[in-house]
This record gives sequence, C-alpha cells and structure tokens, in this order.
Amino acid sequence: MNWFQELLANPALTEALPEALVETLVMVGIAGVFTLVIGLALGVILHVTAPGGLRPVSWLHVLLSAVINVTRSIPYAILMVALIPFTAWLVGTSIGPIAACVSLTIGTAPFFARLVETSLREVPSGTVDAARVMGSTRGQIVRKVLLPEAMPGLVASITTTLVMLVGYSAMAGLIGGGGLGRLAYNYGYQRFDTAVMIATIVIMVILVQLIQWVGDRIVRAVDHR
Amino acid sequence: MISIRDLRKVYRQGEREVVALDGIDLTVPTGAVHGIIGHSGAGKSTLVRCLTLLDRPTSGSVSIDGSDLSTAADRDLLQARRRIGMVFQHANLLDSRTVLGNVAYPLEVTGQDKAARTARARELLGLVGLEDYESSYPSQLSGGQRQRVGIARALASDPRVLLCDEPTSALDPATTDGILELIRDLSDRLGLTVVVITHEMHVVKKICTSVSLLDRGRIVEGGALTEVASDLGSRLSAALLPLPEAALDTAGSLVEVLGQGPAADVPVSAVIKDRFGHGVRVLAGSVEDLAGVRFAHHLLALPDGADDRTDGTEAVVAFLEQNGYRAAQRTRTQVETAQGTAQDLGGAQ
Repeated sequence: MNWFQELLANPALTEALPEALVETLVMVGIAGVFTLVIGLALGVILHVTAPGGLRPVSWLHVLLSAVINVTRSIPYAILMVALIPFTAWLVGTSIGPIAACVSLTIGTAPFFARLVETSLREVPSGTVDAARVMGSTRGQIVRKVLLPEAMPGLVASITTTLVMLVGYSAMAGLIGGGGLGRLAYNYGYQRFDTAVMIATIVIMVILVQLIQWVGDRIVRAVDHR
Repeated sequence: MISIRDLRKVYRQGEREVVALDGIDLTVPTGAVHGIIGHSGAGKSTLVRCLTLLDRPTSGSVSIDGSDLSTAADRDLLQARRRIGMVFQHANLLDSRTVLGNVAYPLEVTGQDKAARTARARELLGLVGLEDYESSYPSQLSGGQRQRVGIARALASDPRVLLCDEPTSALDPATTDGILELIRDLSDRLGLTVVVITHEMHVVKKICTSVSLLDRGRIVEGGALTEVASDLGSRLSAALLPLPEAALDTAGSLVEVLGQGPAADVPVSAVIKDRFGHGVRVLAGSVEDLAGVRFAHHLLALPDGADDRTDGTEAVVAFLEQNGYRAAQRTRTQVETAQGTAQDLGGAQ
C-alpha cells in the first residue's frame, strides 16, 4: 500500500485537484448555461429566417450564418487568446474561471446554434403545415411544435456541446482560466508529476462519461418517435 | 357552403411561369361530400394549399359560408384557417404529444383553458372511437388509428368544412373503408361540408355525393355522382364504372351501353334480341351501385356485317337510346382509351 499512501501525501492531489475540479465545473456550468441560451436563440432565428422558413428574412439569415461560420472557423486556442482584451473589458479581468467563460461561450455558442438549426430542420414540414392550418401563430409554432418535436435532437446536441466545453475548458486553463487543464499542465507537465497527470485524465474521462450517460437517458425519456 | 371562383395559382420557376391552377370554379353546397380526383401533377396539392391559405392564390377567391378567405388580412388569417378542419395523408400528428394533447392542440392555440379543452378532446376521441387511447403516443398507434386522431383534431375547432387531402392513400384497404365510413358518418351527424382530394376512384365511390375531375389545373368534368356516371363516354364515367379487360376478338362493331335504375335490371342482350331478332355478344359488363342507384355497363359486339343492314349498328343504338339506355358505337381505340382512363384514376377492376 506504499503507492497509495504516497498519493494521499501528495498535496497536488489532495488540495489542488479538488479545487481545480470545482473550477472546471464552474466554467462548464456557467459557460454551458450561456451557450445553451444564446445558441438556442441563434439556432431558432437561423431556422425561422431561412428561405422557406416561418418568417424568411434573408439578410438576417445570411448575416447570422456568416458570423457563425467565421467564429466557428477560428480554432479555440487562438480565439481565447484573441479575446483577452474583450474579456478584460467585459468582466474586469482576463484571469480565472469566470473570465474563461467569456471565450468559452463565444467559442461554443455558434457550434450549438448550428446543431439546434439542424435539429429543427428535421421536424417534418407536414407537421409545421398542420400547425399552421390549425391557426397557430409563429411564436406558438416555435414553442409548441418545433422545439418539443425536436427535443430528442436538441438534448443530444446539448450533450455534445457540454462534452466539447469540458475539452475547451481544459485549454482555457492554460491561459489563466484555472481548472483541471492548468493542474495537468502545471503539475503533470512542468513538474513531471505523472500521478497528477493520470488523475486529471481519469477525472476528465469520468466527467465526459457522466455527461454522455445523463444526456442519453434524457434523450430516451423525451423521445416518443 | 364552399365557393371557389376563378382560382389561379402561378409559380415562378426561374424565368419560366408554371400555371398550377388555371381558373378553378367550384361550388360545394353545405352538407355535401365532394371528391376532387386527379392523377399526380394535376394540381391537387396546390389546390389544397390554396384552400387552406398555406399558399396565397395568384388570383380568384375562396369563400366559406359567404366570407372570403383569400382577401383576409394576415391577422384574420388565423381565424379564417380555423374555419377549415384539415385531414392530412400522413395524419401529421405531433410525436411529442399524447393523443389527447394532439386533439387539444387547436384549442390550446385559441387560448381555451385546460379543463375545457381536455373535456372537448375526450368528447372528440369518443366520436372517432379512440377513447381508450388518450394517453398513448402517436408512434404507438396503427396508421388507421393515427388518422382517426387526425380527424378528431381537425374537428376540434368546430370547423364548417372538413378538407381531406388523400386521407386514405397511406392505409391498407380494410382500414381505408373504416376511415371513409367515419368521414361520411361525421359529415351526416355534424352537417359538415366535406371536400376529399384523392387519386383513387374507390374513395369517391365510397363516400362522395359529387365529384370533379382535375386535370392540368382545370376542372374538366364534374357534377353529382349519378349524373357524371351516366354521362357515357366521359372520363369520370369510364373511371366510375370501369369495364373488365375485354378481348376484342370480333369483326363486328362495338356498342357501349349504360343502363341506369330499372333499365339496369333488364338484360340488354335480351332486349336487343327481342327487337331485332339477332343476338349480340357481351364482351364485358359490370353492375354497380353508386349513391344508391344501380348502373349496368356493357360492351357489346354486334354480329359481323350488322353495319350494312337496315337493322344495323345505328338502328340498335337509336333503339337503345329510345328505351332508356345510354348507348354509343365505339372504335377499338376508344375502348382502350376508356380502359386507360379508368386505370389512371384508380377505378380499374
């Protein structure tokens, strides 16, 4: 049991690791909420304003689509560095988990918006026609038809987005976001502490598995197709 | 009453203009069950979309009980649409809602409170015989049951008109008859005006009181079912009263005869033999009841050389016409064309 006692004596694991885990969860949690709200709104607007949509507005659709594509084509590692001045202006600092949420949200919301758009597009046009014939307003069609009918796809998209956020949050750790990413870098890489490196990887794997498992359970519960 | 006046719909396809509806005129009296039949590409789907105002017609008007839907402003459009209940080919139910939730949907969008719409939805489910399925999801139902839910939902907003777009085209024959009987029964009980759009003559025969033939965006034939059936030589008549495939192995001339009502019960070949003394061969025949009237439709071959005699083909045709039959001499091509028409409109046997 020598190795186990050694692990327990390592302050990087007993003190820094729980702290880093909390920071990661804070980043994923806060950025997750913002991503879902902003991405959902953008995705709905994209779908509704598309040609042949409920309320076609071609300039808005083209503009939004272009902005989303530009954001998505910038690798997150570059985006988070490029956004440092904007982050400092917005939250007063560019260091720490809260600051990291700014670039995390901007990095993942457009991705999620595209997933939302794809899910909404899978609702059969006949179903939307039926709702229109029954005298539904556009708002009612979005709230009572499009979103509920697309729910299984939306939940699956949320799962994918959260998993991606876990990965991005580790990257954000490198430039001062904190969390498991920085822990692995500082201890595992710079101090050659293999135990911390392995522990971080194990926790990340468990976190992602947990998100995926919960997501799949919810999809099954809401899927009546 | 539905009244359609000079309805036109023109689509732009790049530089080209496609005329999907080319001046439709149609009046369907209250309580009637009217069939609109046509093969694919005739303009049926466009007509449905214009009647429900999913698409705005290019010109012309659609009015229900005297109020014009086609000129309604966007704000009134929602109200206008609620006056038409629509039944779709694939039911188009919301998969995320239970059967009860689906039927209650039209009431939800008009802002009725929950207790009222649940009570009304239950009542409608009773009407279509699905009271035990209210908490099932559409994916748990058979095609026929889904269509019944679709019909219940269409009736939720108390429409004056029920518009059925290929209501049974996705169903098997036994289920089809059940759904058609339900539509007919509801029309009788609730005094609904029903318009059924279909490519199958079976549907028209089963429930319609009148029918129109849609072809290339125009209504080319139409009227009460018995009236169009007795119009010998028309396309609707050929499709409503199709003859079995006949071997035209005769050198003599061909005569098509249609007997209606009492005339349908007398064997036409015996009538001819009594008068002219020469027999005729029956090449094909069918007897059918349409809207409560019996029709006997025959294709006869006169003896070879009958044309050259004074009691020849013309005399036989004239005699039959005088005695309450509809009769006409036919060429082989005409007989084959009629067969083709019957097949085209899903009426062939």
